[in-house]
Amino acid sequence: MANKSKKVSLDRRRFLVAATSVTGAIGATALGVPFVSSMLPSEKAKAAGASVQVDVSQVASGEVLTTEWRGQPVWILNRSDEMIKSLKSNPKKLADPNLNVSSQQPKYCQNKTRSIKPNILVIVGICTHLGCAPSPRLSPKGDMGENWEGGFFCPCHGSKFDLAGRVFKGSPAPTNLVVPPHKYLDENIIILGEDTKEKA
Amino acid sequence: MAKKIDSQDSAGFIGWIDERFPLSSFIKNHLTEYYAPKNFNFWYLFGALALFVFVMQILTGIFLTMHYKPDAAQAFASVEYIMRDVSFGWLIRYMHSTGSSLFFVVIYLHMFKSLMYGSYQKPRELLWIFGVAIFLALMAEAFFGYLLPWGQMSYWGAQVIVNLFAAVPFIGPDLAEWVRGDYLISDATLNRFFAFHVIALPLALAGLILTHLIALHEVGSNNPDGVEIKNYKDKKTGIPLDGIPFHPYYTVKDLIGLTVFLIVFASIIFFAPEMGGYFLEANNFVPADPLVTPSHIAPVWYFTPFYSILRAVPPILNSQFPGVAAMGLSVLIFAFVPWLDKSPVRSIRYKGILYKKWLGAFVVSFIILGYLGTVPSTIWGQFPMILPLLGGSDVATVAARIFTIIYFSFFILMPIYSKKSITKPVPTRVTMK
Repeated sequence: MANKSKKVSLDRRRFLVAATSVTGAIGATALGVPFVSSMLPSEKAKAAGASVQVDVSQVASGEVLTTEWRGQPVWILNRSDEMIKSLKSNPKKLADPNLNVSSQQPKYCQNKTRSIKPNILVIVGICTHLGCAPSPRLSPKGDMGENWEGGFFCPCHGSKFDLAGRVFKGSPAPTNLVVPPHKYLDENIIILGEDTKEKA
Repeated sequence: MAKKIDSQDSAGFIGWIDERFPLSSFIKNHLTEYYAPKNFNFWYLFGALALFVFVMQILTGIFLTMHYKPDAAQAFASVEYIMRDVSFGWLIRYMHSTGSSLFFVVIYLHMFKSLMYGSYQKPRELLWIFGVAIFLALMAEAFFGYLLPWGQMSYWGAQVIVNLFAAVPFIGPDLAEWVRGDYLISDATLNRFFAFHVIALPLALAGLILTHLIALHEVGSNNPDGVEIKNYKDKKTGIPLDGIPFHPYYTVKDLIGLTVFLIVFASIIFFAPEMGGYFLEANNFVPADPLVTPSHIAPVWYFTPFYSILRAVPPILNSQFPGVAAMGLSVLIFAFVPWLDKSPVRSIRYKGILYKKWLGAFVVSFIILGYLGTVPSTIWGQFPMILPLLGGSDVATVAARIFTIIYFSFFILMPIYSKKSITKPVPTRVTMK
C-alpha cells in the first residue's frame, strides 16, 4: 500500500514538475516578446521612413537627382535616348540581365529599362555588396576605360553597374541595385515607398 | 578547489572575517597554495596580461562614459570634447583605444600559446571553449564600441557588418532591421550599441572570464612540456613535485611581464596613439555621413583576417551568404580544435615536424590575411588577361583565396596530419629549458 502510493505520487510529481516547467518556459518566452520587439524600428523611425514625394520634371534629360528615402540615397535618373540605347548593348556582360533575382525590383519594374516610364530610373544608391554608396559615372569612357558606356561605380570594392543599375559580371556585388517601390501620382510627381499594391 | 582549508587557523581581525567569509581559504586555494607547473615560459604571461587589460578597459570605460553622449547628433562632438576639454580626457581615451588593440594582441598570443602547447587537450576542452567564447564576446564588444565615436569608419564599418546579417537566407533583411532598430544605421542603432558595449557584453565577459578561471583552477595549468604535474605528487603533502605556489612565484613573474607590457603600452599612448591608422583610422576623424561612403572601408586590424576571408569567398547563386558563413566559421572552428587534434602528445616540443609546418602555415596565412584585410583588393593589381582562368582577376583576391584555403585546411586536415606526424618521446616530468 505504502509502496503503491509512493509510485503514484512520484508520477504525479514528475507530471507537476514537467507541467510547471513548460508553463514557466512559455511564460518566460512570452516575456521575451516585448524585449525583442522593443528593438524593432520605433513608431518614430517608421514615420521618418514613410513615403517621400519627388517632382521628376526638375531632372533634365541625362541628369541625375539624389534624394533621400529612409536615410538611403535614391537616384532619379532621367535617361537620354542614347542612354536607353546603351542598355541593350551587351547583355552577356551583365550578371543578371533578365532580372531573375526578383527581390531587386518590384514586379512593375521587371522590364528592359527597370522602370515605370522608360526614361526615368528610380534606384537606391546603395551597393548590393556591402552597402557602400556607389557614385554615378554617367558619361561614357573617361577614367572608367574605353568600354564604359555610362553607369554607376562603387569605389569600395569596384562593383560596376549599368544605367539600369544592373551589375556587371566580375563585380563583387552579387545582385543588381534595388529599385524601391514607387508610383506616379500624376505626370511628374513620384511617391517613393508606396505603390499601388503594397505599402512598403 | 577540491581541497578545503581550515579557516580556524588565523586569529584577530582576519580570524573574525574567516568565521564569516572564506577569505584566507580563498587566498590559499587560488594563490598561495595553488600549485602551477614550475616551467612556465614567456608565453604564459599573456593570460594575466589579458586580465589586466580587461580591468583597465572597464576602468577607463567608466570614466569615458561620464563624458560621452550616445546620441547621433552629439556623439562625435562629445568624443572631441573628451579629447580637448576634459582634463586628461585624451589620456583616458587613448588608454581605452590603445587598450582595445593590445587586448587583441595579448589574446592572439594567448591563443597561440594554447595551440603550441596543446592546452585544449583533455581535460582542458571546456577551459578552451570558455576561452573561445571570451574571444567571441570580445569581438562583439570591440565591434559595438567602434560605432560609438560616430566617425565615418564607425558608421560604414557598422553598415557593412550589420549588412552581413541581411545576407542570412529568408530572415536576413528583417534581422538586419531588428539589429539596427531602423532602416539604416541611425541614432537608434548608436543607442543600443552603447548599451551592449557598456553593460551587456562587459557583464558577459566578466562572467565568462570567471568560468574560464574556475575551469583553469579545477584542471590546473598546462605547461610548455604538456606533461601533467598532478601525476607526481609528494606522498606526504600531496603537492605536485613540479608545482610551485602561484603566489609569490608567478605573481612576481607576471609583474615583470606587466612592467614590460606597460612600457610598450605607454610608448604607444604617448608617441603613436593612432598607430599610423591601424589603431584609430584616419576616416574616423570625419563625422558619420550616411550619404557619403569613404573610398576604402577597412575594419580595425584585429578583425582583418576574418574580413579578408569574407571578401575572398565569391558570391554563390547571387548570395553573399557563403562569404558570411565562411567568416563565421573561421572564428567558431577554434571551438572544435580539442576534437580535431588527434595527436597523442600535447606540446609542440614533442609533436612532429609535420604539425610544426602546419601551425607555421596557419600563422603565416593569418598574418597575410590580416594584412590583405587592411588594403583594397586591387592593391597588387590584376593578372594579365592572357592567363587562362585567372586573367583579369585581382591578384590580392586570388592570394586571399589561397590563404583562406590554408587557414581552413589547418583545422579540417588536423585529424589527419596530427595523427600522421611522428612524435618524440614525452618526458615524465617537466623540463627546465
